[in-house]
Amino acid sequence: MMGRTLFIDPGRCIGCQACVAGCRECDSHRGKSMISLDYIDQGATVASMPTVCMHCEDPVAPCAEVCPTDAILVTADGVVHEAAKERCIACANCVHACPFGVPKLDMEEMLQYKCNMCYDRTSEGLAPMCAAVCPTGAIFYGSIDELLAERPSAAATDLVVFGEQEIRTGVATVVPAGYEHDGVPGER
Amino acid sequence: MSAGPTSYPVIPPGVSDFREAGAEAAAGWQSPEASEVTLVPTHCCYCGVQCGMYLKVDGEGHVFGVEPSAHDINKGKLCPKGVTAYQQVDHPDRLLHPLVRDAGGGELRPASWDEALDRVAAEIRRIQDAYGPDAFGVYSGSSLVTENTYLMGKFARVALKTKHIDYNGRLCMVSAAAANKKAFGIDRAANPWQDMLSTQVVLLAGANVAECFPVMSHYVWGARDRGAKLIVVDPRETPLARTADLHVPLRPGTDAAFFAAVLHAIDRDGRIDQAFIAERTVGWHDVRETIGGWPPSRAAEICGIDAELIERTATIWGTAERAMAFHARGIEHQIQGVENALSIINLVLATGQIGAEGKGYGTITGQGNGQGGREHGQKADQLPGARDIENPEHREFIADYWGIDEAELPHAGVSAVELVHLMETGDVRGFLALCNNPFVSMPNATRIERCYDQLEFHVQIDFFLSETAARADVVLPCTTWAEEGGTTTNAEGRVILRHKAAEPPGEARPDWWIVGQIAERLGAGDRFSFGSIEQIFEELRGASRGGVADYSGITYERLEQTGGLFWPVPGEDHPGTPRLFEERFNFPDGKARFNVVEWREPAEPVDAEYPTRLTTGRTVAHFLSGNQTRRIGALVEQTPRPWIEVHPSLGFAPGDPVRVITRRGEITLPALVTETIREDTVFVPYHWAGAVAANLMTVDALHPVSRIPEYKVCACRIERGSEITPSPPPPNPPGEGVGGAESLTTTDLRQPSAPQGRGTSDA
Repeated sequence: MMGRTLFIDPGRCIGCQACVAGCRECDSHRGKSMISLDYIDQGATVASMPTVCMHCEDPVAPCAEVCPTDAILVTADGVVHEAAKERCIACANCVHACPFGVPKLDMEEMLQYKCNMCYDRTSEGLAPMCAAVCPTGAIFYGSIDELLAERPSAAATDLVVFGEQEIRTGVATVVPAGYEHDGVPGER
Repeated sequence: MSAGPTSYPVIPPGVSDFREAGAEAAAGWQSPEASEVTLVPTHCCYCGVQCGMYLKVDGEGHVFGVEPSAHDINKGKLCPKGVTAYQQVDHPDRLLHPLVRDAGGGELRPASWDEALDRVAAEIRRIQDAYGPDAFGVYSGSSLVTENTYLMGKFARVALKTKHIDYNGRLCMVSAAAANKKAFGIDRAANPWQDMLSTQVVLLAGANVAECFPVMSHYVWGARDRGAKLIVVDPRETPLARTADLHVPLRPGTDAAFFAAVLHAIDRDGRIDQAFIAERTVGWHDVRETIGGWPPSRAAEICGIDAELIERTATIWGTAERAMAFHARGIEHQIQGVENALSIINLVLATGQIGAEGKGYGTITGQGNGQGGREHGQKADQLPGARDIENPEHREFIADYWGIDEAELPHAGVSAVELVHLMETGDVRGFLALCNNPFVSMPNATRIERCYDQLEFHVQIDFFLSETAARADVVLPCTTWAEEGGTTTNAEGRVILRHKAAEPPGEARPDWWIVGQIAERLGAGDRFSFGSIEQIFEELRGASRGGVADYSGITYERLEQTGGLFWPVPGEDHPGTPRLFEERFNFPDGKARFNVVEWREPAEPVDAEYPTRLTTGRTVAHFLSGNQTRRIGALVEQTPRPWIEVHPSLGFAPGDPVRVITRRGEITLPALVTETIREDTVFVPYHWAGAVAANLMTVDALHPVSRIPEYKVCACRIERGSEITPSPPPPNPPGEGVGGAESLTTTDLRQPSAPQGRGTSDA
């Protein structure tokens, strides 16, 4: 888990897609959203969940690890950047490697796009657009201490478990306080 | 998570495509190279939360983006409508010139301002000369800034000299307003929302907060983070109801029965606040007698719920030290809307939950200026400062202020829906309207269209060609909220200031300029010779002085410095009044009134022929009649068309065509099959027009006092349909502004995957 990072709390999500709309406003990929917003258990509930890039630390993010042109930079602060335009060959290795289905390929531009946690904003001390606009705090940006100041009973984890595969993520998932867990499940 | 085919040749298959935003091509979205970007602080144009935001303006003066603002109301947060609101400003569908339809019919054609305004003035004179001043009606709206709502009331009474003016808050806020005046003597939310953070219970009744006031959710979650319990009373499992401590899924139209039983149980258990009742209220005895006849078992049967839900509500509310209740259109859009609100107020008063931090009550205002818009005289029975048009002292004060003889000041006119119905009888023959789209928003829409067809002359002011404007004789292009400043009053009663961010495109003009030009042509120009929106505010301040809604101490400068002031603000050194009723209620004796409420059946109970309850409402991606949001690409993509929500037990599969039929109309809609709605109830959202307008089916029964229509319950039957009714694109004038609408014509017949829209990966 990074110092200041995104915290995802699907329990608070109301499915409004403000995050999706906000993501489109980012200057580096204006008009394109990097966020998936899914309505889960459709027909049984109105539950919803946003998926942003989890900025894996495993020990190098899988997308960066498999990139044949070293186009995906991981900065010292743990942010996994989108593929550098001058290097990306649109091979889709990152798309295959990502356990969360995050990177997208634009086959017209022959480029990969993914969330870079609004690097232009965070480097200026601003929250990423999705977290800034999220009406419920289902996407929160800050440190764990800042989260706890607003939500005294919250707890978070940076471990996601896919079967036998464990992944540490730079983005954290909020879990119920006191909930005994070995990481949040990565698949249904 | 499902993934399906995409329009992009994406590798590997199954990966979601990008979602192009906006009605314009992505290329038009490049951030300007120019480093010159100005951030103009303002507030959103849509709902009553009135979130602060910055509009991003480039070096050429174009609004091209949005930046969150840390304003106290929303602390940066915005909903998808708020994020994309700026896309209206430079939208290709904007009306750029006045439009005129030549006598004898034909299509609308561009005209000069002089030609259009001369035509309007001539028709007003002709109709009023022939049939009297009241034969010309004015229909206004609460998305206008308060200055313009004040102006419309003055324009109708002073320039047109007609008694017939009403506003679209009649479809929205009037039940709550009437209840608040009866119980508290003042019509304003009792608390700032910040109070929610120190309460122990939040009760939401008939309020889909997550979709209609999304940013208010932040306060509700904040309360829960601090240990508060959440009770949601709604026929549907709304996004906030999903995780609430208690969700009461009662039948539409049974709210007053439910709340009578809750109060019955609280009284039975000895949990009323005797001291508060004795010191601060009158009328408890009669209410107590009435609720005595409402044991939970009786209400449970009427509401179609387990009596246990009533008991648990009573226990949670009755044992809380501090509790707050909020309601919205769900309980108000009924022929007993006022009584429903009063039944909640009775609960609040009997338990002493008002007038202190963390204790309170409020209605959640729908439109951006739903509060300010109902205070300063555009209501049929009202004068500025929330004064009564039939009160001799009030009439004298305002007539004097306006420089007219009291006898010249018209008396009360009729309410909005009745005003349109007067076209049927020829009592209203000419109509000037702005800030509304009744073909989509009024009940029993077929009758509404028939009424408009009887008009001899109809002028509509708007910035997009709404379905109603498309049939007008003259259409006058006005500014969007980004092109003119002014004040609004949000759902808390907080007066805030919007700023102008750009010049209007083409020949579009501010509403106040347009109205002033018409007034001048009618010989009343001297009373409407305003040079700026702030000058109107200065006049409004004086007109409100001494009234219930006293704005006299508010100035633009103070709003600028404070970020907003809660009215009443009776002096320039007065700090405003965030929390009402700490010491007294607004009656001479200072005491609140209990009101006896008896539940009754809805206007159209279900029967053998129409056995299912139809309720209508909203979805998060769209706003009111959709004239704005149905033109924003991202919002259309999220929710392209209306659907019908049905319970799985009714035997439909997702996407099946379902024919929904009432005594007034029918639509065939794709089924959203979900367990989140009652088996005996179906839901249809109302933002769409033409053959898919939900109001083709609703009943035009009105509350006897507030005159609000019963949108929230009527009788229908549903059957398997054959072809889903397509949703028409929003209208545009011939030969003009087709840039956006073409691409937004939705032939998409699929239901959304959830009430909030389609997931980004949904097929």
